[in-house]
Amino acid sequence: MTLQVDMPAIDASGVARRFGRRWAVAGVSLRVAPGTRLMVTGRNGSGKSTLLRVLATASRLDQGTARIAGFDLATERAAVRRNVALLGHHSYLYEALTARENLEIARRFLGAPADRVDALLAEVGLLARADEPVLVFSAGMRKRLALARALLQDARVLLLDEPYGELDPAGFALLDRVLDEQRRRGVTVLLATHLLDHGRALCDEAIALEEGRLVWSGPAALLPEPGAA
Amino acid sequence: MAHGKRPHYYVALGVLLLLWGSTWGLFFAPAETYMGDVQRIMYVHVATAWNAMLALTFAFVCAVMALWSANTRWDSRLEASIETGVVLSALLCMQGAIWAKPTWGVWWDWDPRLTTTAVLVFAFGGILALRQFVDDPVKRATWSAVAAVIASADVPIVYFSVRWWNSLHQLQSSPETVSRAFHWPLRINALGILFLMIGLISLRTRVAALRREAEQAPPLPVAVPHGASLAQGARS
Amino acid sequence: MKALWAALRKDLLLQWRTRAQAAAVYAFGASALLLFSFAVGPQAALLREQAAGFLWLGLMLSSTLTLAESFQAEAEQRALEGLLLLPASPRALYYAKALANTAALFLLGAGLLPMMVILYDAATPRVPPLLGIVLLGSAGLSAPGTLYAAMTSQARARQTLLPLLLFPLVVPVLLASVKATSLIIHGDPMGQLGSWTLLLTCFNVIHWSLCGLLFERVVED
Repeated sequence: MTLQVDMPAIDASGVARRFGRRWAVAGVSLRVAPGTRLMVTGRNGSGKSTLLRVLATASRLDQGTARIAGFDLATERAAVRRNVALLGHHSYLYEALTARENLEIARRFLGAPADRVDALLAEVGLLARADEPVLVFSAGMRKRLALARALLQDARVLLLDEPYGELDPAGFALLDRVLDEQRRRGVTVLLATHLLDHGRALCDEAIALEEGRLVWSGPAALLPEPGAA
Repeated sequence: MAHGKRPHYYVALGVLLLLWGSTWGLFFAPAETYMGDVQRIMYVHVATAWNAMLALTFAFVCAVMALWSANTRWDSRLEASIETGVVLSALLCMQGAIWAKPTWGVWWDWDPRLTTTAVLVFAFGGILALRQFVDDPVKRATWSAVAAVIASADVPIVYFSVRWWNSLHQLQSSPETVSRAFHWPLRINALGILFLMIGLISLRTRVAALRREAEQAPPLPVAVPHGASLAQGARS
Repeated sequence: MKALWAALRKDLLLQWRTRAQAAAVYAFGASALLLFSFAVGPQAALLREQAAGFLWLGLMLSSTLTLAESFQAEAEQRALEGLLLLPASPRALYYAKALANTAALFLLGAGLLPMMVILYDAATPRVPPLLGIVLLGSAGLSAPGTLYAAMTSQARARQTLLPLLLFPLVVPVLLASVKATSLIIHGDPMGQLGSWTLLLTCFNVIHWSLCGLLFERVVED
């Protein structure tokens, strides 16, 4: 089923997730049009990661409803997963295996063509180290590999949780290039980040979270400094 | 949440019936011909056995319902019935040992039913231990239900394997035979333990439900949906 | 089916890469067998008679290490979650992992057989049936073991929880495997081997289907 132009890529209503006595995400509602780049900001512990994880179906939905790429989060989980890729705080990598082996595993599950692995390794600049175990990789290299793995999924919606954190300047530029490429393909991107200036320049829209609640939304260029809103 | 007094009445009724049946069985029923007074333990042993199995069967039902339904009350019932079942099963094993020592001279005679019960004590007791180490209530409910289903499915296999294993060595009779004439104290005790059990499981379910409620944040008020609506900006 | 094959490749590859740990588990199992003989004393007849019991106890104790370790790689960087999100079928992931664990336990058990022969003087020419029982027993330990290993890898106090949950459940596997192994070693005048094998098979059928169905509930948030 192709994504209809007028259907939102993300349509969330009252999305909430609690951990014990605390609502990490406390009723977030938003509607994101396809192809939008949305910046998600907020202090540490404001619920950015949890929100992304819930939308990716990595974490359960305790309250509320959401439709991703037209599929219901609670009842059509497999379809949502086919359309969403998450690049989160966990790399999803097997440390004992090589970079290439890790991508090969994902490729086989996805049924992607065999040449995609080397192409992606080249794109993220890891082709030369492809046959080394992930165990010896630096944090930045793991991030690049995790990025390659996420791109392998060819998802309509890409959720990035503070991806610039461990990247060196070359990696920074790489990710910017990747996001441009995804833009050309009409992919919707949610970018959780602390780099406000960079985000304002890169993204179309922005939301700010505080204590799991949406406290601000609007064009990214107008995002106020924290404490100013 | 109902906080009626009914479970307390069940407990009181159960205790009274137990006192009646046990007094009758211990002091007024005639002694058994071959085994003598030792056999009197049957008045409580058989009653405990029926109810222990009933409790664990109910636990299985609660486990299936907990996996199938979104109602969290089933998890509270599951916790209560497993706990009650484990206690009754442990009592059963102790009663079996108390009977075996004067009869056979050993504390444990590897009777298939009792040995299976002992395995069940560990299996379901392990589930109670599992619950202590899982903080998330939803995961805790799902995992204990899964474990309870698997443990319940295992019961017949355990029984047959032990029975078989035992039959090759020993031909001892099981301490289950109760002479026809002495049914009444047994039935009264069984009914007594049943009421006691129902009352205790009800009360324990309440405690479990209250604890679960206390450890989770209360549900959020359902917000009027007026969230952010973001269209693609004029950027490219 | 494609997912099962992909998952199996992954699990076998992981096992191959971490084979040093498998060697350590074997050393543990072998030393357990040695300790049993010290506990009993140098009574050759007694050791020989109980050899099957010691073998399977050793294998059961070692299996907790193998099973727990099989989910270590999955939990480190949440690789299992990553696969589920691709999406990958939880059932395929379970069966692949359980099959890989069966293979690992089978190799372990087969490797401990020579130890049993040496330490307890319990040899038998009937090696194929013996290996068959080791395979059935390994499968029986692996089916519920894989499910509980997945569970406990996410919980606290995982080292104590896994044996606590698993051992009562696999009592039939222990009984049947010990009996069958004993009959193969010492002779089977009354032809009971078939019945014990049937019991092991029934256990396997029930648990491989049940645990496969329930695995999804254990690993999904």
